[in-house]
Amino acid sequence: MNKFGKWSAAIAFTTLMVVTTACGGGSNTNNNAEPASTNTTTNTAQTTNSGGNSGGGESKTISLGFSQVGAESGWRTANTKSIQDTAKEVGFDLKFSDAQQKQENQIKALRSFIQQKVDVIAFSPVVESGWDTVLKEAKDAGIPVILTDRAVDSADKSLYVTFIGSDFVEEGRKAGQWLVDQYKDSAEDINIVELQGTTGSAPANDRKAGFEELIKSNSKLKVIASQTGDFTRAKGKEVMQAFLKAHKDIDVLYAHNDDMALGAIQAIEAAGLKPGVDIKIISVDAVKDGMQAASEGKINFIVECNPLLGPQLMEAVQNVVDGKPVEPRIVTIESTFTSEQAKEALPSRQY
Amino acid sequence: MKNQLFKHHLFWPVTMLAALLLFNLIYSPDFFKIVLREGHLYGSLIDILNFGAPLILVAIGMTLVIATKGIDLSVGSIVAISGAVACMMISKGADQSSLSLVLTAIAAALGLSLVLGLWNGFLVTGAGIQPIIATLILMVAGRGIAQLVTSGQIITVSSDTYEYIGTGSLATLPFSIFVVAFMLIIASLLTRRTALGLFIESVGSNPKASLLSGVRSSVVILAVYIFCGLCAGIAGLLLSSNVSSADGNNAGLWYELDAILAVVIGGTSLNGGRFYLMGTVIGALIIQTLTTTIYMIGVPPEITLVVKAFVVLAVCLVQSEAFRQSLVRRWKTRHYPGEKEVVRRAS
Repeated sequence: MNKFGKWSAAIAFTTLMVVTTACGGGSNTNNNAEPASTNTTTNTAQTTNSGGNSGGGESKTISLGFSQVGAESGWRTANTKSIQDTAKEVGFDLKFSDAQQKQENQIKALRSFIQQKVDVIAFSPVVESGWDTVLKEAKDAGIPVILTDRAVDSADKSLYVTFIGSDFVEEGRKAGQWLVDQYKDSAEDINIVELQGTTGSAPANDRKAGFEELIKSNSKLKVIASQTGDFTRAKGKEVMQAFLKAHKDIDVLYAHNDDMALGAIQAIEAAGLKPGVDIKIISVDAVKDGMQAASEGKINFIVECNPLLGPQLMEAVQNVVDGKPVEPRIVTIESTFTSEQAKEALPSRQY
Repeated sequence: MKNQLFKHHLFWPVTMLAALLLFNLIYSPDFFKIVLREGHLYGSLIDILNFGAPLILVAIGMTLVIATKGIDLSVGSIVAISGAVACMMISKGADQSSLSLVLTAIAAALGLSLVLGLWNGFLVTGAGIQPIIATLILMVAGRGIAQLVTSGQIITVSSDTYEYIGTGSLATLPFSIFVVAFMLIIASLLTRRTALGLFIESVGSNPKASLLSGVRSSVVILAVYIFCGLCAGIAGLLLSSNVSSADGNNAGLWYELDAILAVVIGGTSLNGGRFYLMGTVIGALIIQTLTTTIYMIGVPPEITLVVKAFVVLAVCLVQSEAFRQSLVRRWKTRHYPGEKEVVRRAS
């Protein structure tokens, strides 16, 4: 018995090791023990090629250190891919590092960028606070920092050059504007239910605020219920089911992301109603599944939250290196889609 | 007779559930209304059963593990892995609705869940690691495995056959209820009609003594972890099928905690040695009813968790024998102002 126990323990641990190493090598999942491995995706072939064309007159390749939050969603993956692809296109030497949702990994990555003396550092902060020290180090080393997608709450604005990302309040406003336009002649009350994102998160707070700001102009538009769906399909469906039971006359659903809207659509269908017709649906994000539903007429209006900020980032990096002035806040170029527009745009969507 | 009713281990959980339902009835009169729509029943109570089904399943498995003085923290991750594997296989298929493909996917997902349960059992019995640590490994690593399977994306499937598990209905009731009933019957038959239940309880109260009296403790422990893995695997299928998609990041997130709470509300002691399967089912239903109630009455999301915490606290206090007795004692020995004075004068 004892011997059996020892053997099985040995086998168990060997298997565990194999499993964890497989995970670490396969992709950037959050259980990787290796902290923020800075895998340099230098594209030597590309640079030598372009070097050959332009002769020796060009200045050296711009090196950019980028620290990503992680790979937690399709949106984030598209964001990473956009940055890697555009860096390749313009011939920057991109040092990419995945922080796997941990701030200490990200700080380590930033310090390693400083040591490597990259030209520009860009990163999407995992959390808002606690960046002052490391940003100060970068500033002392004379390396400009660009924030992407998420902001930091540092009081000293001189610690970073610019912040490139979506304006969540504006996204909420766009959603509200469409609704106001749709129901401007309505004589009776329009009952709206809202599926919020994760409580306390910036996109949830801002998308709610922007939406409320716009619909205030029309007293007929009333939010009768608002609850968090945690940005997930399962919760979106569960909450919508309860809404449908508790309120008999829902006219409009405003979901803070596509996934919750998709869950809610299933709940609406189960209740024997037609999503997009009996209940109008507004959503934010425009991921592939959401666009699919929009093209089928199940979502009436989608506000895009664009992850493809690679081109804007590279342009900003170039300007910073060239010493040209850069706006302190660069808003990502984003559009909106009605059902018809979604149908047209669907085949060419990248994410 | 009256005393017996109070003493019954299901009395307080059932009372709490009834109180919650009653509150809902007062708040919205047609809470209990169930209508027949397109061949299946439709109403809040059905929703509670349908959405509660995965939690009940996970909690049943957890009950047996806790009965052996163990704990399984990895159930949430197994839920995610099982859903991810099934959806991945179905999405790769040419005809997503084909029965054979769906059955293969389900078999693969459940097979993997069994292996993961076996892994937990091995770490606990073979390697002698404490259950909370042994299962913590898979809790953390498992979510990574699920993300690996889905490559961090949400996988959407469009398979009517697979959808049936989570949303279909049999004899006007959601199919998931039958899955839960089936597993519950199997678990109770195995534990209450055979000696297995006694073995589990004896291992839970004293593994060494049971071993000395001829119970193969390690086999019993291995078996409960495998069963728990299987339950979590089925729950994963129900959850992912319900929304026709697998989300490696969020599916079954914090399920282990809800399941443990359900087990505890049901009257099973974390010290092991005895368990109540029906109590667990009631406990899970209390949690799900509470969630639905919060959505229905429109509690602002910022204070949802506080409301939940208060209700759970109330449930736990009411169930605590010591707390109830101290309340009774205080009531019996209560003093009104001046009472002492009267007693003193009179004597």
